[in-house]
Amino acid sequence: MGNSARHLFILLFLIGNSLWAKTIPVCSDCEVKSIKEGITKAADFDTLLIKKGTYREFNILVDKPLTLLGENFPVIDGEDQGEIIRVVSDNVTIDGLFIINVGTSYTSDYAAIRVVKSENFLIQNVVLEKLFFGIYLEKSNNGKVYHNKIIGDAVDEYNSGNGIQLWYSHHVEVDRNIVQGVRDGIYLEFSDHITINDNESTNNLRYGLHFMFSDDDVYTNNTFEKNGAGVAVMFSKRIRMEDNIFRQNWGTAAFGMLLKEINDAEIIGNTFEENTIGINIEGSNRIVYKNNDFINNGWAVKVLGACYTNSFEHNNFLYNSFDISYNSKLNDNKFENNYWSNYTGYDLDKDGIGDVPYRPVKLFSYIVNRTPETIVLLRSLFMDIIDFSEKVSPVFTPDNLLDALPLMKKAE
Amino acid sequence: MLKILKYSFYDLMRSRWSYVYFLFYLALGFVLLFLNQDLSKAVITLMNVIIVLVPLISTIFGVMYFYNSKEFTELLLAQPLKRTSIFLGQYLGVAGSLTLSLVLGLGVPFVLYGLFRSDAIWDFSLLLITGAFLTMIFTALAFNIALSNENKIKGFGYAVLMWLFLAVIYDGLFLLSLIIFEEYPLDSFSLVATTFNPIDLSRTLILLKLDISALLGYTGAVFKSYFGTNLGLFVSLGMLVLWTILPVWRLAYKSKRKDF
Repeated sequence: MGNSARHLFILLFLIGNSLWAKTIPVCSDCEVKSIKEGITKAADFDTLLIKKGTYREFNILVDKPLTLLGENFPVIDGEDQGEIIRVVSDNVTIDGLFIINVGTSYTSDYAAIRVVKSENFLIQNVVLEKLFFGIYLEKSNNGKVYHNKIIGDAVDEYNSGNGIQLWYSHHVEVDRNIVQGVRDGIYLEFSDHITINDNESTNNLRYGLHFMFSDDDVYTNNTFEKNGAGVAVMFSKRIRMEDNIFRQNWGTAAFGMLLKEINDAEIIGNTFEENTIGINIEGSNRIVYKNNDFINNGWAVKVLGACYTNSFEHNNFLYNSFDISYNSKLNDNKFENNYWSNYTGYDLDKDGIGDVPYRPVKLFSYIVNRTPETIVLLRSLFMDIIDFSEKVSPVFTPDNLLDALPLMKKAE
Repeated sequence: MLKILKYSFYDLMRSRWSYVYFLFYLALGFVLLFLNQDLSKAVITLMNVIIVLVPLISTIFGVMYFYNSKEFTELLLAQPLKRTSIFLGQYLGVAGSLTLSLVLGLGVPFVLYGLFRSDAIWDFSLLLITGAFLTMIFTALAFNIALSNENKIKGFGYAVLMWLFLAVIYDGLFLLSLIIFEEYPLDSFSLVATTFNPIDLSRTLILLKLDISALLGYTGAVFKSYFGTNLGLFVSLGMLVLWTILPVWRLAYKSKRKDF
């Protein structure tokens, strides 16, 4: 027997192994009656076909590479006892389950599905209701969370969990999920190289999406609507945010997006509509804002100190109560070629660029920063008069803060 | 009273000034919509016009009409007619024709530009309602001033001063007091202060529609319950009604006692 024969044998063995992967049906009338029993009986790479029915189980430990496939959304009812599924093996797929009643605990974060230190997982088409934490990825890389629906009923921040949480997990795709009514819709902590696309995160208590210490992440085409405080991106580097929609995040501490200690990010093509504050920026540097639409916000952009070398280009600022608000007299940010609906200048040489610079910071926004109650004087004649005088000769607002080349027509 | 109302109304409808007023709003509406096709932006611009110009025009028009028709009024007083019906009839005639010019002058261009197919219709109707209220209030205030001052020049002076005070100076003093007392809790004070000025009141009413997102930015429970719920809307509307009734009542009261 030569080497080649041995190779052939190994190859055959490998193919055979995958061909022989069994499908184990689980149902109340089947041989295997519970998911736990199925997992113990299953060999590696088997599929557990969970048929329609209700399974009252919790602390299900998936410790081998299996596929848990639900048929017609079988219900797994945790009866508020604790965690429901814990994955500790690589190559696990969870598909088509309906998981309800996750236990609430103040000492451990019970999740509907928790993946611990595993690679290549796939969680898809799962529906979660009455949960504490939804999908919790812990030190697990290279996986995918796809097309899940998480509907929470959280009332208070202190006793609710997050929809999808990533903790020390890298290279994960979070796509096409719907998350609502939890504390944070999607929460990332110490997780790098994550892509978050086409998700809908709405009506969450705190943030629709929350980044902490996570670098090199990309999120595109997501919708964040009516969240308690919008989206928070904090202490992270090189984040790309494109074509997302931030809408109707209303309230005293609500933002379309909150940026805190963010460096070298790109914010391109997003829409901020009807938020109390479109983007709230604190200590964030070298960020590119391009082609974004700010529509009907209270404050389109609120800058609070220590933000340097940011550039705003080709954005549309439409009908915001305040376009830009600054709390200092220092400015190191660049505004160029934006369209401002409040611009009153003219364009004599018809090159599409206004001949008079636009000053986006009004004196009134400075006064409101100082004495918030003065907001009731918004749009009064007196305010218009003093705004006008400030526009003519800036005293309180940074005098180099201007768009020297404002567009006459909306940027495409 | 109805007869006098009808007479004043028709008299004014035929007068040049109503047409000028009507044509002014018509032109304003068309120009605004011609310059930007966006209805919601036009509503914002209109708001600025309405809360400044409507009071001014109503005030001047009211004073002017009262002094001009003084001889006719004296003639009517010689007839066996109730004094309240004479003065209220005249008042309603003036206020009615001004309101009509406003509503038609602004309504026609907006309807032609597709108001009914736009979602700005509520903002726009609220704008017209506040405009109508402001007309009623300021005409009544003007009548009061004219009734109390025999001297035309003095009457005009007081009327313009009143407008200037309510449109500009009041807000200046208000802002000043807010900044001076910024260390104290001011939210109730600032809300109460807006209700003492009909122009501020109409402004808040329109802000509730246009700038609600900015108004909710302030951390204060009182503000939140006022602007966040319908409370603000009802209180503002109620106060506007009160602002209309009080000067009209005073007009009726004074006219009964005045010695002509």
